[in-house]
Amino acid sequence: MSSYRIQGATGEWEVVIGLEVHAQVTSQSKLFSGAATAFGAEPNTQVSLVDAAMPGMLPVPNRECIRQAVRTGMAINAQINKWSRFDRKNYFYADLPQGYQISQLYHPLVGEGTIEVILDEKDPEGSTKTIGIERIHVEQDAGKLMHDQHPTMSYVDLNRSGVALMEIVSRPDMRSPAEAGAYLAKLRQILRYVGSCDGNMDQGSMRADVNVSVRRPGEPFGTRTETKNVNSVRFVMAVVESEARRQVGVIEDGGQVVQETRLYDPDKNETRSMRSKEDAHDYRYFPDPDLLPLELDDAFLEECKASLPELPDAKRHRYKTALGLSPYDAAQLTLEVETFQQFEEMLDAVVKASGKAERDLAKRVANWLLSERAGVLKGIDLGAAHPKNTVAANVALIVAANDGVISGSKAKEIFAAYLTSDIDLAAEIEANKQTSDTGAIEAAIARILADNADKVAEFKAGKEALFGFFVGQTMKAMQGKANPQVVNELLRKALA
Amino acid sequence: MSSDLTELGVAAIRDGVAKGEFTAVEVAEAFNANVAAAAALNAFIVTTPEQALEAAKANDAKRAAGQPLGKMGGVPIGMKDLFATKGVQTTAASHILEGFTPQYESTVSQKLWDAGAGMLGKLNLDQFAMGSSNETSYFGNVISPWRRNDGGNAALAPGGSSGGSSAAVAARLAPAATGTDTGGSIRQPAAFVGISGIKPTYGRCSRWGIVAFASSLDQAGPMARDVRDCAIMLEAMAGFDPKDATSLNLPVPEWEAGLNGDLRGKKVGIPREYRMDGMDADVAASWDRGIEWLKDAGAEIVDVSLPHTKYALPAYYIIAPAEASSNLARYDGVRYGLRDLPDGAGLQDMYAATRAAGFGAEVKRRILIGTYVLSAGFYDAYYTQAQKVRTLIAQDFKNAFTQCDVILAPTAPTAAFGLGEKSDDPLSMYLNDVFAVPASLAGLPAMSVPAGLNREGLPLGLQIVGKAFDEQGVLNAGLAIEARAQFSAKPEKWW
Repeated sequence: MSSYRIQGATGEWEVVIGLEVHAQVTSQSKLFSGAATAFGAEPNTQVSLVDAAMPGMLPVPNRECIRQAVRTGMAINAQINKWSRFDRKNYFYADLPQGYQISQLYHPLVGEGTIEVILDEKDPEGSTKTIGIERIHVEQDAGKLMHDQHPTMSYVDLNRSGVALMEIVSRPDMRSPAEAGAYLAKLRQILRYVGSCDGNMDQGSMRADVNVSVRRPGEPFGTRTETKNVNSVRFVMAVVESEARRQVGVIEDGGQVVQETRLYDPDKNETRSMRSKEDAHDYRYFPDPDLLPLELDDAFLEECKASLPELPDAKRHRYKTALGLSPYDAAQLTLEVETFQQFEEMLDAVVKASGKAERDLAKRVANWLLSERAGVLKGIDLGAAHPKNTVAANVALIVAANDGVISGSKAKEIFAAYLTSDIDLAAEIEANKQTSDTGAIEAAIARILADNADKVAEFKAGKEALFGFFVGQTMKAMQGKANPQVVNELLRKALA
Repeated sequence: MSSDLTELGVAAIRDGVAKGEFTAVEVAEAFNANVAAAAALNAFIVTTPEQALEAAKANDAKRAAGQPLGKMGGVPIGMKDLFATKGVQTTAASHILEGFTPQYESTVSQKLWDAGAGMLGKLNLDQFAMGSSNETSYFGNVISPWRRNDGGNAALAPGGSSGGSSAAVAARLAPAATGTDTGGSIRQPAAFVGISGIKPTYGRCSRWGIVAFASSLDQAGPMARDVRDCAIMLEAMAGFDPKDATSLNLPVPEWEAGLNGDLRGKKVGIPREYRMDGMDADVAASWDRGIEWLKDAGAEIVDVSLPHTKYALPAYYIIAPAEASSNLARYDGVRYGLRDLPDGAGLQDMYAATRAAGFGAEVKRRILIGTYVLSAGFYDAYYTQAQKVRTLIAQDFKNAFTQCDVILAPTAPTAAFGLGEKSDDPLSMYLNDVFAVPASLAGLPAMSVPAGLNREGLPLGLQIVGKAFDEQGVLNAGLAIEARAQFSAKPEKWW
């Protein structure tokens, strides 16, 4: 149970949230036409006769779009409806060439499913909550109006017209901004794993309509508002918070929340009314007579199932159990598709190069990826996108450090130098080979202890913290090439 | 010579050109001449004599080169102006699409050109195929070449919506023409002018590139002098089209080769519900003659019942307008066709002005009806109910076809009526489709063949409805009637 409450003047309020997420289906062509779907093309260059609704043009369903929606449904353990149907949603607007959007009202492709969210990202072992999904249906996107091209006219770009969207409708199961944010982030993660949507919220590939209402804890649902087209996790959380506060204010001032559609203004961090229920369109939904009902056979469903990748929860679990990673590392590594792909690719290569077992190397690779290399990349132009940030280079450094050829800190140094200059990586590793030559190290230690007799005395008197100082001095004397473990052992011996 | 050639139908032209009895160019020139001389009929919105000639030359060249000609080799035809024709204005007889020239060719017309046909022009029709008399065309009504034998000159309706097609074929302006049938738009006009026309099973002909009226009902089909010509032309028009999701993925039968008027062993159903009180005596007599002809052809006559017939017309006038109201939403002045943008107008004003100016009264009436029956609170009472009726009507036919192979009925309750006689009374106009609409709702193949003249000297048609996919059975029964009706009447030229 969420303990999130809005503190009003008259007491505590609970917020109830449901999300309708529009996710653009990853496909080469549109839902009912062969036109391309690439983002950012010149206006009206990806428009077929069907998308422009020329007379006599007919929609033909794109199998790949249906497949992606079915796979998405399977990934949230949803019921897949083997019989579904497309309906027309009728309204006039300049970005809607047909005068109707082909959608699915009465018989959606995907029925009830669930998503489990972790409420605190930093505490992956902490409490989780299951959010219900009511349905996923597929529908056409509309075009885009351009208001800045002409002093008195608006122009229309139909590139997006007819692009396939999945509308993923949650139950009103969320009770705090954090839950809404966690739900959206998890949904995005699943879509990206499945490959059914690229999840690029800044390009509009994914956007949420946020339904918010407030009530006294335990009472029936209040009247909800719907804030349209919110395009980031952070904004969704902000909408929930600001809209819930606004509603509490309205009610406590003796007013009533009006069921309406609202827009979010990120600059002012507030929502404002777009249209009320009274202005709502009568969409005159009816089955699209140009299309037969969609009937899926078992072979198709089996292919969809078989093509599903390992999903986030399963992967995170495996990283903990089979690879022995910490819950935190497992969560971090599985957050983004690119991260786990790199991790698995590197781990694979390191296993091959060193001949050791995955389980013995996973922690090493994870540390490199999440902290050591991350630190290096932070200070580098282009960051992770640097062309020399290749798997091979990473693997060479991980293997060298893991085998004790170079120290971990040396690996970071070399990597930074490698990215910013044209040194030869293999030669640099060779040149920085750390030594386990006890004679040389012992000689260095002896010199340091002699030079720092006062500190030796302090250490022996109980100032344990000075051990680090001696390690540092020894490493410095060895130009960073001494094996730290050997240094530790020899120092302990010398100071005993 | 030319007056002789225009007396020929599809098969005769095809065979004559193939054998070298005359050239395709001679044929095209003859029909072009008739078209040019028949402006008074207003059958064409646009004529394309050069396209007819070009196709003819190509056929003659092919023949000269010893290559085989297509199914429609050397046959010039009229194209209902509901089919998109690349580079030739396509209007659906509306003002809103006046001047619209598609960059694409409809699947059906392309198939006809591929089969060797040539285009004489784009034929007039009821606006957006909505009408039964051709009086709703923005380009003026087509006038039937037929006149009553009372010595008067009353202008008669050629039927609708394919009235340009029916008039052109009957007046020998074309040996054949395309039609489309949503609720009788091929069969009723064919009956009104004494020609044959078949609406195939829903899905046989691709709807891609045909301006949509009611998607779940619209079907293209041929209109021609006789049954054989219909069979030939339908073969050229039909076939699976991946661009139409409702297209039937079935091979096209060789209907011409399968023609056989011997009906021994076949059963013909006579639906008792079609025999209505106060039925026109000539129509009833014609139906009775038809029964005798089919008996004579060897068929057994059985009484069948289609109990939900009386609900067909009301259901049709809910479903068809509902689909039309949505299908016609795309004509909004934004991308093509008419745009009426009053000074200082916004988007909504532009929509209103454009559609008010661009659509005729009947089209507006149907958009309003369709919008109403789909609106919140009325949807279940009208649209859902009508769909249930549609299912029951299809079931009626299914049951009847357990007892018979085809069904025989009149095509229309009356012969052609005078222009203006019904145009102020939409209900009486809608009633003219009463026998045609059930087969449309059930998606079944149905054809009209000429069965004789009424006492006014006007043609009457008989309708044969078949099982789904059994166009052959329909054509064969039509052939049996044709052989016995010996219909040879033609309108006396007055234009």
